[in-house]
Amino acid sequence: MSVHITSPQFKQNAREALADQPLQKALAKVGPGFIGKRAAAAEKLPEFEALRDSARDIKNHTLAHLDLYMERFEEKARAAGGHVHFAVDAAEARNIILGICRDLGAKTVTKGKSMISEEIGLNDHLEANGIQPVETDLGEYLIQIRGEGPSHIIAPAIHLNKEQVEADFRRVHADLPPERNLSEPTALLAEARGKLREKFLAADVGITGANFLVAETGTSIIVTNEGNGDLTQTLPKAHIVLASIEKLVPTLEDVSQLLRVLARSATGQEMSVYTTFSTGPRRAEDPDGPGDYHVVILDNGRSGMLAGQLREMLRCIRCGACMNHCPVYHAVGGHAYGWVYPGPMGSVLTPSLIGVEKGRNLPNASTFCGRCEEVCPVRIPLPKLMRHWREKEFERHLMPATQRTGLAVWSFLARRGWLYRPMTRMAMAMLALVGKSKGRFSKLPLAGGWTQYRDFPAPEGDTFQAQWAARKNVR
Amino acid sequence: MTSSRDVLFASIRTALGVSGAEAPRRQAVADRISGHPRGVIPARAELPPAGQIALFKEMVEAAAATLVHLPDASAVPAAIAAYLRARNLPLSILRGADARLANLPWQSEPALDVWIGPSDGRQLAGLSHAFGGIAESGTVVMLSGPDNPSTLNLLPDHHLVVVNAADVTGTYEEVWDRIRTLYGPGTLPRTVNWITGPSRSADIEQTLLLGAHGPRSLHVLLVGDA
Repeated sequence: MSVHITSPQFKQNAREALADQPLQKALAKVGPGFIGKRAAAAEKLPEFEALRDSARDIKNHTLAHLDLYMERFEEKARAAGGHVHFAVDAAEARNIILGICRDLGAKTVTKGKSMISEEIGLNDHLEANGIQPVETDLGEYLIQIRGEGPSHIIAPAIHLNKEQVEADFRRVHADLPPERNLSEPTALLAEARGKLREKFLAADVGITGANFLVAETGTSIIVTNEGNGDLTQTLPKAHIVLASIEKLVPTLEDVSQLLRVLARSATGQEMSVYTTFSTGPRRAEDPDGPGDYHVVILDNGRSGMLAGQLREMLRCIRCGACMNHCPVYHAVGGHAYGWVYPGPMGSVLTPSLIGVEKGRNLPNASTFCGRCEEVCPVRIPLPKLMRHWREKEFERHLMPATQRTGLAVWSFLARRGWLYRPMTRMAMAMLALVGKSKGRFSKLPLAGGWTQYRDFPAPEGDTFQAQWAARKNVR
Repeated sequence: MTSSRDVLFASIRTALGVSGAEAPRRQAVADRISGHPRGVIPARAELPPAGQIALFKEMVEAAAATLVHLPDASAVPAAIAAYLRARNLPLSILRGADARLANLPWQSEPALDVWIGPSDGRQLAGLSHAFGGIAESGTVVMLSGPDNPSTLNLLPDHHLVVVNAADVTGTYEEVWDRIRTLYGPGTLPRTVNWITGPSRSADIEQTLLLGAHGPRSLHVLLVGDA
């Protein structure tokens, strides 16, 4: 993996995020914006829940027949004049793309938003080899000029405020007159549009991700609101699509089902502005479009996920609804997760792709409130899969010794009721006695993690089990 | 030497516990592709033709595009000139070779310059003829080719799109069937663009703004009755 991983320092990252005032200001807008829009869109379509079932079933069917749909896609894409490449890992995908760019003598490439490109660290690799990549999604452009990674899978610059954007434009756009008023988002957008328009027209190669690959026709699909990905793939000499194996869907009808839930779940739109279906390079009679069309299909650890319960994660269509509804994401933002994919989907995917050793904090960074699963358009049981990683973490002895010992002591006692009941009863009685005057503890041995941020209420009487037993007798 | 392709297919098949040669699996895949079942279709899109036109107009406008409904195609040149004049734009528009556009009575607007070809980004207004309109979401469907070059959909500031009311269908699925009839099964033109409203971005503080990289305005010229 070429992207710097800070997931092992999640706690430190989270502390810093909570203390970061501009970040907190930006994050305060995440929940109120996205949650209401999705709810309104779902409300307006009576078939929405049935479409979620349909989307889940389509993905399950495709994953169970993935080898065959991939064969079909390859055959159809080649028949349309496209080139299909297979990459087992990140390094191979980077080198395939670099090779295509070199063969074409490319100096600059424009890019549509692609999370897989972030995953494989494509920009750094191209730059190191003398090719200038230009991100064209506004959010991606902002984080590129700041040297940051995305903090959200569909709104990569959601952690920024407009004042920061203005400062970055003044720093990077050398020809920007100092007197130009950039205090409003409209002015910032106009500035970015002008700058990037030049880049679109000058680029030698356009690289995009894919929201879907259609086996029936050998087609790649991108979905954008800005039109940036569409310009990226239409104007240059060559279009390179970078897609992971789970993007396959069988037919145009199947993809239409998925598109009906994608935008509604992501931004609450009925449909995104641009949904572009690309099949092969420009045809003999076409006056525009790329002369070469390449699809790079990347595994990078995903095929292994097909074997067990993590297969369900491969249904993900990257709408971002899980993080939009996540109280932990709302509190710390995306960068704290420490790799490419944040939020609940990242907490399941990151340990799968970079290993539970490095990613083990993420499945623990959840309250298990279940909102992510409630809104997932393909019904991925995210809490269950996070629990899967917590179990793996325990099995592999990756937890700190104190936590492990604590859990072992508790489980020893809990399995022996004759010992557990009197012991907890005694402990509660003691705490009740000591805490009687204040009714709470501001410090408590073995519970420092709790009392650091809030008081621990003093028990008022008997244990739950004792009270339950007593009431049962009354009945 | 084993290729990455072989490695990738082998690891998928190992994980799935299959060889790839199983006849029932192959049959399931072949059936799905040839049968392309439709799944769940929203009831809102299954309306009589007049209802579909009304829904299409409503959804186009909900997506922040504008729309005029013209009695027939002969009114299109005047409607284009009116649109450009109302926005103080030069009376100049770029279009593709589409015969339906070529046959319009352009002589009725002698002041309007009409150019033919793909866009290089220097034109303020582009004109396309849509393959169809989708009532369900107010989407216009554009097919690439010399008749309607893809660059016209994306580069001009103002994109004007002629949609025949007879080509407005309720759902995406009806459009796929029309394309299959025209191009044959399993085949698409190089690019199919679904366009739902003008370009937009909410990447700065989640403030929704129109005119990110694509057209700032999308204007639909709906022609005739269903």
